[in-house]
Order: sequence, then C-alpha cells, then structure tokens
Amino acid sequence: MNTSPKAPLLEVRDLVVNFYTRGGVVQASRGVSFQVDYGQTLGIVGESGSGKSVAVQAVMGLIFNPGRIEGGDIFFKGRSLLDPAGKKRVRQVRGKEIAMIFQDPMTSLNPVFTIGTQITEVLRHHLGMTKDQAKKRAMDLLDMVDINAPEKRLKQYPHEMSGGMRQRVMIAMALACEPQLIIADEPTTALDVTIQAQILELLTDLQQRLNVSVILITHDLGVVAQLCHRVAVMYAGRIVEVGDADPVFAAPVHPYTRGLIRATPRLDAVTDRMVSIDGVPPDLISPPKGCAFFPRCDQAGKACSRMQALIALGDDRHVSCWCAAKEVTR
Amino acid sequence: MTGQTLEGRSDQPLVDVRNLSVLFDAGRAGFWGRKRLTVHAVENVSFDIRPGETLGLVGESGSGKSTTGRAILGRVPVSQGHIYFQGKEITHAGKNRVRELSRDMQLVFQDPYASLNPRMKIIDIVAEPLRVHGMVKNTKAAAKEVARLLELVGLPPDAGARYPHAFSGGQRQRVGIARALALKPRFIVADEPVSALDVSIRAQVVNLMQDLQAQFGLSYLFIAHDLAVVRHISHRIAIMYAGNIVELAERHLIYDSPVHPYTRALLSAVPVPDPPVQRARQRITCPGEPPNPLNPPSGCRFQSRCPYVTGTCREKAPELARRRPGQMAACWNC
Ligand SMILES: Nc1ncnc2c1ncn2[C@@H]1O[C@H](COP(=O)(O)OP(=O)(O)OP(=O)(O)O)[C@@H](O)[C@H]1O
Ligand SMILES: Nc1ncnc2c1ncn2[C@@H]1O[C@H](COP(=O)(O)OP(=O)(O)O)[C@@H](O)[C@H]1O
Ligand code: SF4
Ligand code: SF4
Ligand SMILES: [Mg+2]
Ligand SMILES: [Mg+2]
Repeated sequence: MNTSPKAPLLEVRDLVVNFYTRGGVVQASRGVSFQVDYGQTLGIVGESGSGKSVAVQAVMGLIFNPGRIEGGDIFFKGRSLLDPAGKKRVRQVRGKEIAMIFQDPMTSLNPVFTIGTQITEVLRHHLGMTKDQAKKRAMDLLDMVDINAPEKRLKQYPHEMSGGMRQRVMIAMALACEPQLIIADEPTTALDVTIQAQILELLTDLQQRLNVSVILITHDLGVVAQLCHRVAVMYAGRIVEVGDADPVFAAPVHPYTRGLIRATPRLDAVTDRMVSIDGVPPDLISPPKGCAFFPRCDQAGKACSRMQALIALGDDRHVSCWCAAKEVTR
Repeated sequence: MTGQTLEGRSDQPLVDVRNLSVLFDAGRAGFWGRKRLTVHAVENVSFDIRPGETLGLVGESGSGKSTTGRAILGRVPVSQGHIYFQGKEITHAGKNRVRELSRDMQLVFQDPYASLNPRMKIIDIVAEPLRVHGMVKNTKAAAKEVARLLELVGLPPDAGARYPHAFSGGQRQRVGIARALALKPRFIVADEPVSALDVSIRAQVVNLMQDLQAQFGLSYLFIAHDLAVVRHISHRIAIMYAGNIVELAERHLIYDSPVHPYTRALLSAVPVPDPPVQRARQRITCPGEPPNPLNPPSGCRFQSRCPYVTGTCREKAPELARRRPGQMAACWNC
C-alpha cells in the first residue's frame, strides 16, 4: 500500500457538481470539502436537496448526465478518484474498497433474481470465487448481518422479504468485498423506529468489529448522535460546519447548525413551542452570492453578502460563517 | 361503555370510537382460491377525543393508523364497532351524510406533493370545498374567503394565483391546511402532516397547527411516527401495534412511565439528538418484526417480540384496561 500514514482514508476537496437541467444549472455541490479517517464514522446531515447524496455519488462515480463534476478532487488513500489516467485503479477501488448502501434496497436489488444469486454474483465477479466458495461466503455474510436460516433466505426473492430484512441483505452485499469505507445514504429512513434501531445497532457493531470507516447520510440528528464520531452539516450545496459530534452538538457555531439542533424536538424534553427556522432553503439554480443562509440568519451582517470559506476553529472544527471568522481573528 | 374513558375530565367527547374493527378483503389464495384473504387492519380499537384536544396516534407503518382515521371520516367501511361524533352515531353514514359531516371533519394528508392537484390554482384548490358545499355565492366571495384562509395559514396574498409547483413542501402543507379549514370544521384528522417536511419547516407547520387549535378550539387526531413531534403536540397519545391500541395515556405518562412492553421498546428505539445522553440511554432491543396482517397470531399481537410473553398471551388477546389515572394498556403481564 502506498499510503502515507498522514493521508485520511477519503478526502473530498472543493468538489463542484452541476446538473444541466432544462430549468437551469443546478449547483448541487458548490465547493464541498470533508475527510474521513480510518475507522471513523462521519455523519452528513442537512435538509432535503442540500446536496448530501450528490457529494457521495461523486465519490462513487455515480454522477451521470446531465450532471458533471466541474471542480475539486476526491482522494482515496491519497490517490485521486477523478484522475482520468487511473480509470482501472479507480474502478477497482469503487467496486471493492468502497461500498454503498441506499435508502431503498429495492432500487439496488434486482427483483427477478434470488438474494443468493445476487450476492454470489458480486463475490464471483469481484473476488473470482468459485460457485461453492461464493455460496459458503454468502451464508457467512448473511450470518454476519444476523439473518437466520441463511440457506433458506438465499433462495428468496427481494419482494418476499420485509424492508428491514432487505436492508440487512444490502449490508451483507456491501460487506462482501471487505471494503474499507461504507457509504450509507439514509439507510433507515424508510424503516420503522424499532427496525431502524436494529439496523443501526448492526451497523455500529460491524463498524467496530471490522474497523471500517462509514459515511452515514441522514436527516435525523438523533441517528448522528447515536453512531457518528464526526458530523458534517450541509446547507445549499456546501458544508457549513464539520467537527467532532460531541462538541458540535454541545456548542454548535454556525447559525444554521444551531437552528437545526434547536428545531429538532427531543423525546426527553417538553417545550411549549417548537423552534422553527423561518423561510426556506434557497434554490440551487440561483443561490445567493454570499452566505446561502443569509436570508434566514438572525446573526447576519454586512460581510455575509460575500462568500466565506471553511475556517478552522480550535477543536478540529471547521465553520463557514463570518461570525465565526470574527471570533477567530479576535 | 364508560369504563374505557379516562377519568378526571368531564367534557363530552367530540369523537368517540368504540371497539372499531376494519377488515379489508385481499382476494383469494390457496387451492382453487378457496381461502379468503383478509387484512386485519384495525381490530377492537377504542378511544375518544375531546373538544380542543389533540390525540396523537403513533405506530409503525401498517399498524392501522391511517385506516383508523379514515374510518372516522367515513372513507373506509367499518367492519365492527361504533363511531360517534358529538354524541351521534356515524358508523355507517351514507354518502350524503358523509358529505354533510365533512363540514365538521376534515383530513390533512402527509404528502404535500401528491395531495394537491397540479393543474389547479391555489385559489381553486382552497375554494373547492366552499363551492361543493355552496358556502360562497360567487367568485368574488370565494376569492375573499380564500384570501382570509391563506392569511390564516401564513401564505402571501398572491399565493392564490399560483400553481402548487411554485411552492415548497411546507407551503403546500399550509395550502392543505387552508383547504381543510375552509368549512370551519371542529375536527381534523392530520395523517402524518409533517413527516415529509424537513426539520426547520416541520416546526413551522406544527406551530401553525397549534395556533389554529388555540384560535378555533379544533380537535386533532394527529397521526405520526415521530415520537418527539407527537410528544410536543399531543395532550394524550395512543400507541398502535398491528391493528390494536396497546397503550393510551396522558402524554407525560406515556413518556415518563410507559407501561406496555412495546411502548417501552419504541421509546427506547428513538435516538436522542445529544451524543452523551444518547450513549448513556438504556436501550431495550425489540427483535423481529410485526406480524403479517393477513395472518395475525391469536392472542397478543406483540407476542413474537415480547420479552415477557407467557402462555396466556398466546391464547387470549389482552384488552385495553386502566393502569393508573390517565393511563390504559393492553397487556397481561405489565
Ligand atoms: N440527476 C439530477 N438531475 C438534476 N438535478 C439533480 C440530480 N440529482 C440531484 N439534483 C439536484 O441536486 C441538488 C442536491 O441533491 P441531493 O440529492 O444531493 O440532495 P440531498 O441532500 O441528498 O437531499 P435528500 O435529503 O432529499 O436526499 C438538488 O437540488 C437536486 O434537485
Ligand atoms: N384499501 C386497502 N385494501 C387492503 N388493505 C389495506 C387497505 N388500506 C390499508 N390496508 C392494510 O391495512 C393495514 C393498515 O394500514 P394503514 O392504516 O394504512 O397503516 P398505517 O397508516 O398505520 O401505516 C396494512 O396492512 C395495510 O396494507
Ligand atoms: S455568514 Fe453571516 S449570514 Fe451566513 S450564517 Fe454566518 S452570520 Fe449568518
Ligand atoms: S400480553 Fe404478553 S406478549 Fe403481549 S405485551 Fe403483554 S406480556 Fe407481552
Ligand atoms: Mg439524498
Ligand atoms: Mg398511514
């Protein structure tokens, strides 16, 4: 391995992704930067349309027409995934070392093949296993994700399984090639609470046992609190705050992060009135020139009409806000 | 049957649901289709809702929440039991009666995208119930009334002239609420009204619903699966599992001293957005999944997932019974 010990497992740097739609150019990633270290779980939160999925789709090579990656770079173990000269290497990395789990397993499972066929296909294709080897490994994988009677399950079709069971199968398939990074895009959003709890527990357990890194996209700050070491908050195609989960929740710096935490009702507290953030997120076809949160921000000042890059605060935290910038220079 | 009402309040219920069951015919199966398939969507459910009260109805998907709400509104046929509105039985209200009742009872949907006709202007969407019920004499009167409604829900006056696609999810939900309010109802079934909305917008809509309740004394059946939002908006909460209400209590009792094993598992499964607190919380794991509604087990429907299951649970279904003032649960062993 040609990894320098310093390089993070994954680094996304100044990523720019645009979608050329009939309505205009949707600026889905407007300079997104974050990194994931070995054995770390990063949560990405943000409202619908803030660009969470697009950012990880870029990592996975899943940006298709009319979308284009038009700026920045993505490094896995220090080597670019966007380098046109390294196509073959990149394909290997994406198939084996990074795996992805989606919100709706039905979109990534093929309805006409049994679970067994689909898992063994991955194993034979990527790892060159024989039929028997693949079958044995498939059973082990189902066992790892706590699916009992794996032999019977392998013969079932996706539609014969519940949503929770299908998500376990997806996780098993993601683990098939022993990846170092698992990207899960809202893996439990479609599931009920008690089933979500089962899946999250499984993910935590696997993450610790296998020491994989995980990127977990979610709307739910509770889910981040439960299993992420770090958290990145996205707003209008940019990361506005990123840092270790505990200090970010305890003392959010960006006004949007603060608003989001305050607006999230808690099971363990009663309040008279929910705190809302007035207004709506901007349209990504013509986002504001400066800080995109400006129209909704109660801290906004003159400087905010210009764009503020992510600046480093003390506790390994980065924030994109003029208020925070003032604090630092003071 | 007054035994099932909560004590401590004397108000006559606005809505009273007694032993409601809703079964759906799901076709046939088996050799020559000899076996009739029946979905047991709601079974033996009882609760009431008082004037000005919000009853939160919580449960996992498929547990029968929407069916319960739709049964009250006369949108699905009732298989067994009785439904009363303002003391009058409306269980098998005919078409005309349902239409008449819709002045008093309205529905707000989950999906603010699918529930508004994309080809109709907001003004026509909101005015539709007024026209259907002959509440406005002419277009001018309708426009005036719609303007009042839009203002009530916090939409700009020019919103009426636009089409749904011009609005965000939260704004569309406001349109849905404006339409529901048009006939000045006393009772609204809100079926997951904020589930599709982002956190920052969700609070706006919840606050609006609370303001409207305070202003007009509305009663809500607030259906949701987000237990934190339900805690915030409800006076009392009913927890559904596989077609049954397993616990029904004043809100603080549900959260501070839940009785039913399912309620406890459900509450412990919701992560709290506070890392140290969440790490310290004791979690009750609830293995397995809800039973197949086509073929629910006899006895308690939670038996396959319950750590306290005993022989009785497999034989007989427990009925909702009082545990302490303001709290009822359906369980043999708790
Ligand atoms: N294939 C596409 N064509 C056009 N626009 C797209 C495409 N994919 C994404 N976008 C746009 O890019 C922006 C970011 O989308 P993205 O899917 O990343 O949001 P998200 O944060 O994942 O939201 P959600 O929480 O709803 O999943 C949105 O404005 C979206 O409409
Ligand atoms: N029109 C219908 N025909 C057949 N089955 C139905 C119908 N409506 C609901 N069901 C079934 O009834 C059960 C309860 O559904 P529903 O009330 O929609 O649950 P919830 O709102 O709690 O998610 C589910 O098993 C569902 O599939
Ligand atoms: S840069 Fe200005 S407008 Fe943007 S979040 Fe910070 S204070 Fe608010
Ligand atoms: S009745 Fe029995 S199975 Fe059902 S919840 Fe109570 S203890 Fe559990
Ligand atoms: Mg997404
Ligand atoms: Mg429903």
